Amino acid sequence: MTASAGLASDLTAAPAARRVRRLRRFDLAGLLITLVTLVAAVIFAFPLYWGLVTTFKPEYEIVRPGVELWPERFTIENYVHVLTQTKIGLWYVNSLITSGAVTVIVIIMAAGAGYAISQLSFPGRRLFWWMILASFMVPIPALIVTHFIVLSQLGLINTLAGVVGPQLIAPVTVIIYKQFFDSVPKDFREAAVIDGANDFQLLFRIYLPMNWGVTTALAIITFIGAWNLFLWPFLAISSEDKMNITVGITQVHDAFGVQYGRDLAVAMLAALPVALVYLIFQRRVTQAIMLSAGIKG
Amino acid sequence: MLRSRRSEISTAAVLMAPFVVIYGVLFVYPTIKMVHLSFTNAPLIGPGKWVGFDNFARLWSDRLFSTAVWNTFYFVALSVIPGTLVALLVALGVNRLKGWLQSLVLAAFFLPYILPVSVVVQIWGWMFDKDFGVAQYAIAPFNGGQHLAVFRIVPLFIPAVAFVTVWWCLGFSVLLYIAGLRNISSEIYEAANLDGAGRWTTFRRITWPLIWPVTVLVFTIQLILQFKIFDQVYLLATRPDSTMVMVQYIYKQAFQMNKGGLASAASVILFLLIIILSVLQYQLLRTRGER
Repeated sequence: MTASAGLASDLTAAPAARRVRRLRRFDLAGLLITLVTLVAAVIFAFPLYWGLVTTFKPEYEIVRPGVELWPERFTIENYVHVLTQTKIGLWYVNSLITSGAVTVIVIIMAAGAGYAISQLSFPGRRLFWWMILASFMVPIPALIVTHFIVLSQLGLINTLAGVVGPQLIAPVTVIIYKQFFDSVPKDFREAAVIDGANDFQLLFRIYLPMNWGVTTALAIITFIGAWNLFLWPFLAISSEDKMNITVGITQVHDAFGVQYGRDLAVAMLAALPVALVYLIFQRRVTQAIMLSAGIKG
Repeated sequence: MLRSRRSEISTAAVLMAPFVVIYGVLFVYPTIKMVHLSFTNAPLIGPGKWVGFDNFARLWSDRLFSTAVWNTFYFVALSVIPGTLVALLVALGVNRLKGWLQSLVLAAFFLPYILPVSVVVQIWGWMFDKDFGVAQYAIAPFNGGQHLAVFRIVPLFIPAVAFVTVWWCLGFSVLLYIAGLRNISSEIYEAANLDGAGRWTTFRRITWPLIWPVTVLVFTIQLILQFKIFDQVYLLATRPDSTMVMVQYIYKQAFQMNKGGLASAASVILFLLIIILSVLQYQLLRTRGER
């Protein structure tokens, strides 16, 4: 009934009304999608928040039924306990040393190799390039047995240097450096060569400074990767004093039995450096991830 | 001229030296050694005798190895396919947001990805804890009001670990998808809108085909990554032999059973599997470029 009554006016207003209706439908559906996204984000972040907030609760509150989003009695005794009763300080230092060493060595090695392959002509250049591209495919976990054999032949098992070793295979870093050095305009090079610069000066005064952002991004992502690595540090180290934090955490768990407040306090401390690095260098981390996935951004 | 050529080569030698030494000792040699060991009965440390294809024959008939291969494929299917689809949905949602809200929401989805695996395992161990875990409030209604020790029940173990892995790794895929979505020019959407295309049609006819290369990239990267699963499974396992995966099998044979040869044979199989997948990825991405 109403439809036929409004037919006359609809004839003239139809296109406008249809547009308005589409617009309104658009907004409602759009709003709904936005809402779902926000709710999903909250649910997604909840386990992290829950893990964090649990560390500030006393043990009796932790095991109380119910979902208490904020501790009734806020306490840092879990942190005090793990900082004084476990070797977490030592594990932290070990993680810093090995991750720092991996980062510095990988960057130096990759920048050098990337520059040589990009800018110099020497016998075997193509062979090396193909080798790097091929090694990109090799699954490192398949090499754990022989890595263990090689490093024990070198006497490096159960040493921090032994933890660093296999992590230095970073073909992606070389590939990215090569690509960026390729795209530095040749004019810069020619001008500097006329001024009498040698290749090391070219690398350190032109090629690296022009790609400072890439170096930062690669260094950050290499550090995060090294800090987070579990399998190799777990295999290479047997004495508790030389463990990385990621391996050490699992030891705390074994030693305490189920004590979630303490276990999670160690976990949060282990995650702190990478979380901070990410929050401070968000854009660089994103860039590095795109780069290593082959998207130049 | 000759002199500068020679100096160029010596410069290259200096710059390449660290790379060549490290690759030789830690990559080329271990790879060759792995293949060699797979044909011997060597222990983890020490010499062994040549046994031909014996190790591979033993793997073929080893029930534990079949379990490991099956669980690995099962885990890959359960983590990679949902991971890719959910990542696309999340990226579509996040891409609509603007300004600080977008950064905040993206950070919420991305943060888990940069955490160490042992932290992720710790958090989810607590979430799923049989007595006090909050996830039990979501599980109990589907389980007749009973709590469920998710990681202790063998048929639930791999799906649960896959779930945790999707949570952990989703941010990476979301990031790639968002980059892909930003690359689609807004003019195409405006044109579609003018033509009266609805939301679904726009997605089906524009977004999905244009984002397809990213889907291939995300899918294959995850595929190659998840075949190497070890950490989460090892750390969460309560019955390692029934929930074994391939890298864990290598670990067990080499470091617990002291069978370097057999472990190397399993490594060779994992190695070949990943190489095949990588070549497949390369081919898929290349055909996209040619089209």
